[in-house]
Amino acid sequence: MDNVDLKLFNKIEALNPDINTCMACGLCTATCTAGNFTDMSFRKIILMLQRGKDKEAIELVKKCMMCGKCMMICSRGINTRNILLSITRIYNEEQNI
Amino acid sequence: MNEYRILIIGGGPAGMETAYQLKNLGLNPVIIERNDKLGGHLAQWDRLFPSSDSAETLLEKLKDQTKDIEKKLNAKISNITKEGNIFHVTLSNGIKYDAAAIVICTGFDLFKAEKKQEYGYGIYNNVITNAELEDYFKTHNDKRIDEPKRIGFVHCVGSRDVKVNNTYCSKVCCATALKQACEIKDEFPYADVYCFYMDLRMFGKGYEDLYLKAQKDFDIKCVRGRVCEVSENIEGKLVIKAEDTLLGTPMKMTLDLLVLMCGMEKSKSSNEIQKMLNINNNEDGFIETRDNFSGLNLTKEKGVFVAGACTSPKTLPDTIAEARAAAMEVFNYLKVNGQPSLVQ
Repeated sequence: MDNVDLKLFNKIEALNPDINTCMACGLCTATCTAGNFTDMSFRKIILMLQRGKDKEAIELVKKCMMCGKCMMICSRGINTRNILLSITRIYNEEQNI
Repeated sequence: MNEYRILIIGGGPAGMETAYQLKNLGLNPVIIERNDKLGGHLAQWDRLFPSSDSAETLLEKLKDQTKDIEKKLNAKISNITKEGNIFHVTLSNGIKYDAAAIVICTGFDLFKAEKKQEYGYGIYNNVITNAELEDYFKTHNDKRIDEPKRIGFVHCVGSRDVKVNNTYCSKVCCATALKQACEIKDEFPYADVYCFYMDLRMFGKGYEDLYLKAQKDFDIKCVRGRVCEVSENIEGKLVIKAEDTLLGTPMKMTLDLLVLMCGMEKSKSSNEIQKMLNINNNEDGFIETRDNFSGLNLTKEKGVFVAGACTSPKTLPDTIAEARAAAMEVFNYLKVNGQPSLVQ
């Protein structure tokens, strides 16, 4: 963890403070439409970003279908769609520099 | 000798213990209970965690302690007015009391499982609540529990969940789930029993031993993941979905019986009384206490005290300890205010 780069996570966190309230209950992953066919897991995306594993996180984000079921079920009320959109936008901006 | 009464609202464990201790301190309590018998939820329960001791033994002890204390059963409070330090209380049956202090012991309601529609309670026959399983242990009369081969327990139903506006932990469900899991395994030794938890909060004396016993002696399987939905398959069996979060994979499982561990909410029966006494709720919807440390039995209204699960989810030992503390607070208050016989 000493050499982890948390730049991407910090930017997302600034826009979505609720990202830190995940308690890893797994509801988002259990209910995920894409998760039935792929390894998509919103919970894991958060964890990967918190651990600086940006590339792995982006690979998962690509599999999201934006159906919004995770947002409906999250027992901490996390705005999952907004977080996913923030990740995509911030990541794209950085790629374009 | 005692000019005024101490009104205990609620005849559950908290109310019974408070009344008993007040009587020991030389005061004259009266218990007001809305049901036709004392005991509250304890009277519905079969065995108690962590040791599976008989609920009836404790109930009988508490009842025996209150046998010489005046009780008004099937009674509700219709009006309370305050004059100086004295409360003038009128019951629904017209009986009036002049009380020097009031102790609210209205306890909790179990979360209504049908509010979590995705768990299918009231829709699928084999989804039952913790209270219904406890009733089965007591009566062995529930057609839904018929030699189940695979049983699941869902922890935190109506607790730690913003979607039902209950963000707090109900404190007792983890231990209750493992207790009931062991008991049902004992009854149906060939059944596989799974507990779906987020965190196992085995904080009290003997709770961790219960956890170990559940794993070692009863082969209870704990899966870390919250159940997201329940459906029924063509054979009428339950299919649950969750993420096995330790493995990081979504899972489906077919079950014969699903038990929902409904948490605690403040009893709605105290709403009217709180209005009459001008007492608010805290952020969890329970009754607000004066502070969170040394004023747990006090409210912002002088002469109005609280004990038990009406202020937050509590175990039975917590409740009984709090009832004793409340009796002491009432005694100390009356020495200074309004009970001339106590003022030396």
